[in-house]
Amino acid sequence: MRLNEVGIFLFFVSCALVNNFIFSRFLGNCPYLGVSNKLSTATGMGIAVTFVMGLSSLFAYIVYTYVLVPLDLKYLDTISFILIIAALVQFVEMFMRKSLPALYSALGIYLPLITTNCAVLGVTLVNMKEGYNLIESVLSGVFGALGFLLAIVLMAGIRERLELSDIPESFKGFPICLIIAGMMSLAFFGFQGLVK
Amino acid sequence: MPKRDNLRSVFLNGVLTENPIFRLVLGTCPAIAVTTSTMNGIGMGLAATFVLLGSNVVISMLRNFIPSKVRIPAFIVVICTFVTIIQLLMQAYVPSLYDALGIFLPLIVVNCIILARAEAFASKNGVFASAVDALGMGLGFTLALIVIGGAREILGAGTFLGFNLLGAGFEPVLLMILPPGGFIVYGLSLGIINAIANRRSKRAITGKEGVQA
Amino acid sequence: MNLRVSAGPHLLAKDSTRTLMIDVLIALVPTTAAGIYLFGLRAAWVLSVAIVSAVISEYVWQRLMKRPVRVGDFSAVVTGLILGLNLPSTIALWVPAIGSAIAIILIKELFGGIGHNFMNPAMFARAFLMASWPARMIQFALPERLLGASQAAVGVDTMASATPLLMPGNWTTYDMLLGNIPGTIGEVSKVAILIGFVYLLFVGTISWEIPTIFVGTTALLSWLLGADPLIAVLSGGVLFGAVFMATDYATGPIYFPGKVIFAIGCGAMVVIIRQYGNYPEGVTFAILLMNCVTPLLDRFTVRRVYGTVKKHA
Repeated sequence: MRLNEVGIFLFFVSCALVNNFIFSRFLGNCPYLGVSNKLSTATGMGIAVTFVMGLSSLFAYIVYTYVLVPLDLKYLDTISFILIIAALVQFVEMFMRKSLPALYSALGIYLPLITTNCAVLGVTLVNMKEGYNLIESVLSGVFGALGFLLAIVLMAGIRERLELSDIPESFKGFPICLIIAGMMSLAFFGFQGLVK
Repeated sequence: MPKRDNLRSVFLNGVLTENPIFRLVLGTCPAIAVTTSTMNGIGMGLAATFVLLGSNVVISMLRNFIPSKVRIPAFIVVICTFVTIIQLLMQAYVPSLYDALGIFLPLIVVNCIILARAEAFASKNGVFASAVDALGMGLGFTLALIVIGGAREILGAGTFLGFNLLGAGFEPVLLMILPPGGFIVYGLSLGIINAIANRRSKRAITGKEGVQA
Repeated sequence: MNLRVSAGPHLLAKDSTRTLMIDVLIALVPTTAAGIYLFGLRAAWVLSVAIVSAVISEYVWQRLMKRPVRVGDFSAVVTGLILGLNLPSTIALWVPAIGSAIAIILIKELFGGIGHNFMNPAMFARAFLMASWPARMIQFALPERLLGASQAAVGVDTMASATPLLMPGNWTTYDMLLGNIPGTIGEVSKVAILIGFVYLLFVGTISWEIPTIFVGTTALLSWLLGADPLIAVLSGGVLFGAVFMATDYATGPIYFPGKVIFAIGCGAMVVIIRQYGNYPEGVTFAILLMNCVTPLLDRFTVRRVYGTVKKHA
């Protein structure tokens, strides 16, 4: 699917809804399950991921196209992408600690974990596989992350509602979360076929 | 040299007590993404075990040389090296499995289990113990993927490892090999395993009379 | 008589649950009767299996989990009946049995029982069945009444008939109102659904916002996109979904603004899925998607308690 064929709106629908990172690509599950118990932290995490995913897509594209391909070092793609991401996360962390201390303390240990959020590395690999150009890569990163943001915010809303529910002891926490995710991903089947 | 009993508990720790998928709930993405069939689950499990073993051994050897401030990037570089090796090996020798696992093969790099073991175990223990830990964790991961992949393949296709198990009269529950099925089967098996574990620990407590606080 | 409480948590006392459920069952009587009349005894079998499976699932689960058995509140009967009404009358009987069990155990009881599920159990079960056995779920029979009267004239295969959504133009408005069209057991007879709607409004079990805005949005958007709004509303499951599924207390929003957004979202998604999506009918997925948004709608449209000050004035 190319941007100039479908237009920006359908590109968004495809990246954020039809091929949602959580529900159809299975990337970024750890923060999705781990940071979705409160709406505020879920939103913060989603925004942080959006920021990192957009930037990573940009830098990964530049490094891949202008360094790895000319030097015939394509097999170093994974390692260079993960190093880019690690550096970016470091940068975002420093920025947040200085400018947004409240959000920084709320996201706590999960910020460094964005490095190992497979959605971030995943999007760079997907972009490369799809052969996206610079603009498509960045948009795919940002839109994909917005889909992640939507998924985690909806999940947080549902989990906050279920806080007082009498869920069987052994299903509390992760198990019920996974089942909710499965139910949501079935609901997201409704978006199938919107982008041919 | 650690004692044999210790090594056994290190090994069993990964398989049972701290099973990455069912007890720690780490590395959940591949557990849902590649478990559409049992074979894919086994392939993913073995690939991850290889990377775990390699990275745990190397990190354990280098644990006194890596400055703690840059340890995480250093771990990632080590892990990534082994991922690239297994990627190239699988592409050469099992191309169909390589294709089936798709981007989840390079994504082993960011599989939380591997970094977690590097940080929590290999950077603090000897080479041999780290290798045993890697094998235990890897086996636990593989077994969990077999459980999830097996359940999904049997329900969703009526087969196990490709063999027709339930006969021609069985109409497969297609949803089970689709994305929602992955989440639901994982969630249900996790809940059932929690229930078993809870019951066992309760029994263990009531069994030891007088020990209870 | 308005039984709704105005602020969450919307847990209802046992007795009022029972009253509510009986009202819903009464409202479903015309639809059920019309379905059985139109599709014959076979439809009665499908509905019975769905209900029995739902009740047994709930009973067995509550006994196994050592919880109070609440089969007597009739909510499982309602879930089973609504699921059955969402199936074609030709369906193999094991399908409603599995569907009801999933609806009750996975979607309702696992989340803590009545009032705690965030997704409509019958709708989820229908989506589950549609994704698992798609071929079985779209084999619509022609109503038996129609068969007797004008089978030759229509000349369509009894089995595997498309709903008017897929092949409009073959049916008159009169047929669509009465239910002389292929479709699921409950969705075909619009007159019967409307009778139920009026009853529910009359006894105050549901309020008007969600059904009317849902149907209105579907009609308007279909018209804007160049489809016949009358066919859009009368041919598929929109009316049935809007009256009986979108109005579910546990899975729909509580406050007025939330209800409006919920209903508009449902109507819009139905049209979008019908026009552009993979599925011929979008009611199920539209409602499921809006169920996912409901907790946020409730949160952000919360009615301020009188006398308190807005936090961020």
